[in-house]
Amino acid sequence: MHGMPSILPLDVSGLVLEREGRRLLDGVSFTLPRGGVTALIGPNGAGKSLTLRLCHGLIPPDGGRVSWAIGDGRIAGRPRHAMVFQRPVMLRRSVRANLLHALEALSFDRPAGRAAAALARFGLSDLAERPARLLSGGEQQRLAIARAWALEPDVMFLDEPSAHLDPGATRQIEQVIAALAAEGMTILMTSHDLGQVRRLADRVLFLHAGRLREDSPAERFFQAPDSPEARAFVAGDLLW
Amino acid sequence: MDALGAMQAAIGLMVSFDPQFLQIVGLSLRVTLSAVLLAALIGLPLGAWLALSRFRGRSALIVLINGLMGLPPVVAGLFVFLLLSRSGPLGPLGLLFTPTAMVIAQTILVLPIVIALTRSTLDDLWQEYREHLTSLGLTGWRAVPTLLWDGRFALATGLLAGFGRASAEVGAVLIVGGNIANYTRTMTTTIALETSKGDLPLALGLGLVLMALTLAINAAGYAASRIGARFAG
Amino acid sequence: MITGRTALGLALVLAGPAFAQAPASDRFITVSSTTSTTDSGLFTHLLPLFKAKTGIEVRVVSQGTGQALDTGRRGDADVVFVHARAQELKFVEDGFGVERKPVMYNDFVLIGPKADPAGIKGGKDIVAALKAVQARGSLFISRGDKSGTHAAELTLWKAAEIDLEKVKGPWYREIGQGMGAALNMASAQNGYVLSDRATWLNFRNRGDLDIVVEGDRRLFNQYGVILVNPAKHPHVKKAEGQAFIDWLVSTEGQKAISDYRINGASLFFPNATQPGA
Repeated sequence: MHGMPSILPLDVSGLVLEREGRRLLDGVSFTLPRGGVTALIGPNGAGKSLTLRLCHGLIPPDGGRVSWAIGDGRIAGRPRHAMVFQRPVMLRRSVRANLLHALEALSFDRPAGRAAAALARFGLSDLAERPARLLSGGEQQRLAIARAWALEPDVMFLDEPSAHLDPGATRQIEQVIAALAAEGMTILMTSHDLGQVRRLADRVLFLHAGRLREDSPAERFFQAPDSPEARAFVAGDLLW
Repeated sequence: MDALGAMQAAIGLMVSFDPQFLQIVGLSLRVTLSAVLLAALIGLPLGAWLALSRFRGRSALIVLINGLMGLPPVVAGLFVFLLLSRSGPLGPLGLLFTPTAMVIAQTILVLPIVIALTRSTLDDLWQEYREHLTSLGLTGWRAVPTLLWDGRFALATGLLAGFGRASAEVGAVLIVGGNIANYTRTMTTTIALETSKGDLPLALGLGLVLMALTLAINAAGYAASRIGARFAG
Repeated sequence: MITGRTALGLALVLAGPAFAQAPASDRFITVSSTTSTTDSGLFTHLLPLFKAKTGIEVRVVSQGTGQALDTGRRGDADVVFVHARAQELKFVEDGFGVERKPVMYNDFVLIGPKADPAGIKGGKDIVAALKAVQARGSLFISRGDKSGTHAAELTLWKAAEIDLEKVKGPWYREIGQGMGAALNMASAQNGYVLSDRATWLNFRNRGDLDIVVEGDRRLFNQYGVILVNPAKHPHVKKAEGQAFIDWLVSTEGQKAISDYRINGASLFFPNATQPGA
């Protein structure tokens, strides 16, 4: 991955999103360089998931821009950023067919080989022929991450990757994310689990009411947050 | 009513392999399967288009198509009759009183079922898959193959319902086919004819055969969709 | 698991023959005729003989006489073979047919329940019988479908000087269906009904019904055959249609008609050569 051309850094500036007269995102700006795990945190409704969707291009912003170092985030016509949704979308097919479908949608060569590699990499080989929708929550999330990873992105957007999982499955997913980061994958994830953020993140972006209130290295954020809202949030006093 | 006579007639018909009877059954199946196939070829893309597009009057169109599911076969038959009659707009094709005319009439009966079911199935699937497919660049027409494939079991049930409607109806095929012996005589028109001849046991026997066939096809379809549903989750 | 592609292939294989089979033979004509000729089994007897001789396949669409003539008028048949002399002559006069030729006759019979509530069983006078049915208010089933039989029935009521419009009541039921349906209804409700003899002889669901009046000359029922006018409808298969008509009125065709019997009884009586038929 290193040395190859990359669409990173991602430069987000002045993002604005409005729905029904309400400003859901209000001038969000940050830069995402290569490498590391960046956690986007904040109370419910702060705009975390929306920010990921705007970065991934699922929603056009009403103001501001999302700009990539190369082109529109594509190299050779193929998007180099992938997203895993909070509730993983499992097609009504086998585990392997879910991978093949994504690879074929983006016209990868040798899809079968790539699918097999992704299955092996994420420990899903034994489940390859099982219907994806009958997997456990943790297995589904792992498949969703494997499916995103198989598309060879420079950056992965993970939306609450363990929101619906039990503690055991959560730990597994965290190990997967840590391993990806260790291999040099750039990760931007949202989470409402501060313990998880402490364990995984190098950097924290704190959103509150559609505004980016803090952008700090993780260690410093948890020791001494700059803003009163962040202090209250870390202390568990700020829910809305 | 002579129930025993009917059973005897039904069993007799089935075990006799009477060539004329087999020809009638064969024609019925071919006409109906052709109609269902045609309706699928037209209805699946149309239903998909209706599921994925948003335009003025879409709701009205959906209501109209749902309503057409109740179109009386006789009306569909009359419509096709007027269309294909030598004095009608498509008269020069000379299709009236042919199996092709019956296929056209039954296609019209099955089409609304296929469109409506495809629309509602794909609507639901699209809600669920939208973000993932958009993420993969599969929007608009490019999403359709994925949605059709993943909705295949629900869609198969819809096609079976269409098959049932087409194979059971008599009004339309009688009008446009003319119930010509050895040519456009199907199971249902034969039943109508035998009833009018007063041969009620034979008519009822044919009815039993028709029901057995319909049951067998539905059982096969149901089993396939159950197995499939278990597989697809 | 069966994939979509396999299923599609299977459907195509099954469906293909429906289209492939359509032009089984190039030499065919479409004849619009009445339910009585089909329901009586006459065509099942005649058509194979004609096909063996000429190689021409005859496709018969059986309808009420009114509808059968209309089918000819629209150009959807090559030949019309019906039994309603006045309407047939008008059909030719209006230019829809080339020429009407008499072929055969059968006769109508009045069918009724064995209990015979109108007290007319065994009579020979159809007019007197209808008068009795109306006077007693006995149940009468009418085709009511503008068929030849329906037209004949109306003519008989007229001959009995009964104005149906005035005396119609629950006793007189117009069902708007074919001969078989009318007989089924009469059988179920023990009513009187006018039927052609052929359909009656072929009819299996008789219940308590039997013939109550027969043999009156006014009950004779003449069939005519007409080639649809190629001048009106150029696609009409003139040669093949004419061949069928010529065969019907030929000695051979006429014999074939009289040869058709059920339980030894003739159903149709050829009379192509009888003047004015």
